[in-house]
Amino acid sequence: MKFILKRLLTMLLTIWVITTLTFVIMHTIPGDPFSSDSDVLPEEVLNNMRAKFNLDKPLPVQYVLYLKNLASFDLGPSIESETRSVNTLIAEGLPVSALLGFQALVIAIVSGLLLGIIASLFHNRTIDYAAMTIAILGISVPSFILAPLLIKFFAVQWGMLPVASWGTWKHTILPSVALAAGPLAIIARFTRSSMLEVLKQNYMKTADAKGLGAAGIVIKHGIRNAIIPVVSFMGPLVAHLLTGTFVIEKIFAIPGLGKYFVDSIFNRDYPVILGTTIFFSVILIVTLFLIDLSYRLIDPRIKLSSRGD
Amino acid sequence: MAQLLEVEQLKVSFRSHGGEVQAVRGVSFDIGHGEVLAVVGESGCGKSVTAQAIMKLLPKRGCNIKEGSIHFEGKDLLKMSGKEMKQLKGSQISMVFQDPMTSLNPTMKIGTQISEGIIKHKGLDKTQAKAKALELLKLAGIPNPESRYNQYPHELSGGMRQRVLIAIALACDPKLLIADEPTTALDVTIQAQILDLMKDLQHKFGTSIMLITHDLGVVAEMAQKVIVMYAGIVVESGTVADILERPKHPYTIGLLNSLPNYEDGEKERLIPIEGTPPDLYDPPTGCPFAARCEYAMEICVEELPKAFTVNDGHYSRCWLNDPRAPQVAEFAAAGRDES
Ligand SMILES: Nc1ncnc2c1ncn2[C@@H]1O[C@H](COP(=O)(O)OP(=O)(O)OP(=O)(O)O)[C@@H](O)[C@H]1O
Ligand code: SF4
Ligand SMILES: [Mg+2]
Repeated sequence: MKFILKRLLTMLLTIWVITTLTFVIMHTIPGDPFSSDSDVLPEEVLNNMRAKFNLDKPLPVQYVLYLKNLASFDLGPSIESETRSVNTLIAEGLPVSALLGFQALVIAIVSGLLLGIIASLFHNRTIDYAAMTIAILGISVPSFILAPLLIKFFAVQWGMLPVASWGTWKHTILPSVALAAGPLAIIARFTRSSMLEVLKQNYMKTADAKGLGAAGIVIKHGIRNAIIPVVSFMGPLVAHLLTGTFVIEKIFAIPGLGKYFVDSIFNRDYPVILGTTIFFSVILIVTLFLIDLSYRLIDPRIKLSSRGD
Repeated sequence: MAQLLEVEQLKVSFRSHGGEVQAVRGVSFDIGHGEVLAVVGESGCGKSVTAQAIMKLLPKRGCNIKEGSIHFEGKDLLKMSGKEMKQLKGSQISMVFQDPMTSLNPTMKIGTQISEGIIKHKGLDKTQAKAKALELLKLAGIPNPESRYNQYPHELSGGMRQRVLIAIALACDPKLLIADEPTTALDVTIQAQILDLMKDLQHKFGTSIMLITHDLGVVAEMAQKVIVMYAGIVVESGTVADILERPKHPYTIGLLNSLPNYEDGEKERLIPIEGTPPDLYDPPTGCPFAARCEYAMEICVEELPKAFTVNDGHYSRCWLNDPRAPQVAEFAAAGRDES
């Protein structure tokens, strides 16, 4: 319990640091949300607009005001889309991005583990080489190249799946696959080397000597031990997926959080930049925490304690 | 067939980058019902490889059982199907390994590790298997079996883990137990306890044991028969008395001299055997011990000695046992005799 409390405090602190840093960096970049409108609109209108969003006040005051709202989970209004708040934007974009990210995560974990385990069992044979070739391709081909390729073949040439946008489940397949490819490849490689290591362990010989048979040994004694190092790698992987959604959502014109985030940077939409950054950070930090907990569940040698982190 | 296990001319080699390692080069021995056979020899002489060949635990690729047969209750294990072997392993033949610290699955409760074999081979359900596992833990001298059952290996000491491994090995009342240096990794006091346990259980169940060890003291205490291995072959074999009291091979004599006196505990000067065993990539055609043997003769380098019969059941692969060889009445006491 003490461990969890301590972690929660650290998480809050991290989010505060991220908020402050983003706030400072955002404001050090020259220009503001209205600078591009300065030749179209009269100076007075612009000043009114700035006043409306508190941009006329000194930075420290803006900062304190922002933190105050943040404390009550109010991320403020969006400057670009006058009618909607950042909270609404997130509420609209989240289900889309979450579905995409979740599907990609499942694809990456399930296929990555399978591919890695199969490769390790056929160590240095054709199947192993084939699996690792796929993995190296998956790691080295960036998603902004893979995605158009997938669209070209599966959507344009063979007409099996829609080209872009969002709507039915069919729309989710190509972007999920494109998003999953990199993490899948990394998981596969990690699992393979970790499983190869496990297969050499003495306890696998003990299991073999019990007469469990090849499949029994791998399933009962191999996988759980092989997964431990893979789980520790899930944190960076989820981060990878989160940032991956920015690119994928843009390419497939998917109305998710990532698209809002990218657009907000181009528009200097301060509240949206801050709001989405904080939101992404929270997701990442909470995921890392959950991964840490599950790590401790899988490996009995790690105990839940305040010293353990 | 009278014997429980009969190993005949077993040859095992490993393919590796440097060529072929001939780890076991024609080993024969047998173990009778209820008998304890000790296998002794320096590190790398092929003891573990021989043991793992019996259990079919050698890596499937890169390892080659080139020749020989291993008959268990009259059936050749080397010709057995994977399925038949699976039924035999862990139930008829089982094994205790050298390193208890790494031989248990770190992420599985020890209770589960004991009962899974019971469930597999005895067809018991979980509750029955647990009862049997608790009984085994108690038998293996583990206090508080109930609470130990739910613990993980890292919560147990090395000695306790080896007791668990012995419990696993004995779970299905095997006819043959292969113990590969079961005490080497443990503290001296714990070693004695584990040996006592094994002796106890051996008496209780009459299990045949193939006991691999470095420790000739252990041999005297537990075994009836001994084989001495050197560079992948059996250089001498016989009863415990034959080997320890009337050794007829210079290597065996060297081994005995290099160990503290096990009988009366007197401090004697220990004489280590100088030199190292031959390279198994390219083993010598003659006697493998020739390079280190103080009695080596010309023929020793040219031709591998056959197994000479010293007396019934006592064999030595040394040319000194040939009637034509110079008489070295007491190998150990004799001076240098280079002809
Ligand atoms: N998997 C393997 N691949 C290649 N060579 C091996 C393999 N296992 C064993 N060997 C070789 O076979 C020879 C015999 O090894 P083995 O493990 O049987 O020795 P040992 O008598 O058990 O020694 P120790 O007392 O150190 O356990 C050694 O030279 C070793 O290098
Ligand atoms: S055969 Fe020759 S070299 Fe080998 S042990 Fe006997 S005397 Fe020594
Ligand atoms: Mg060994």
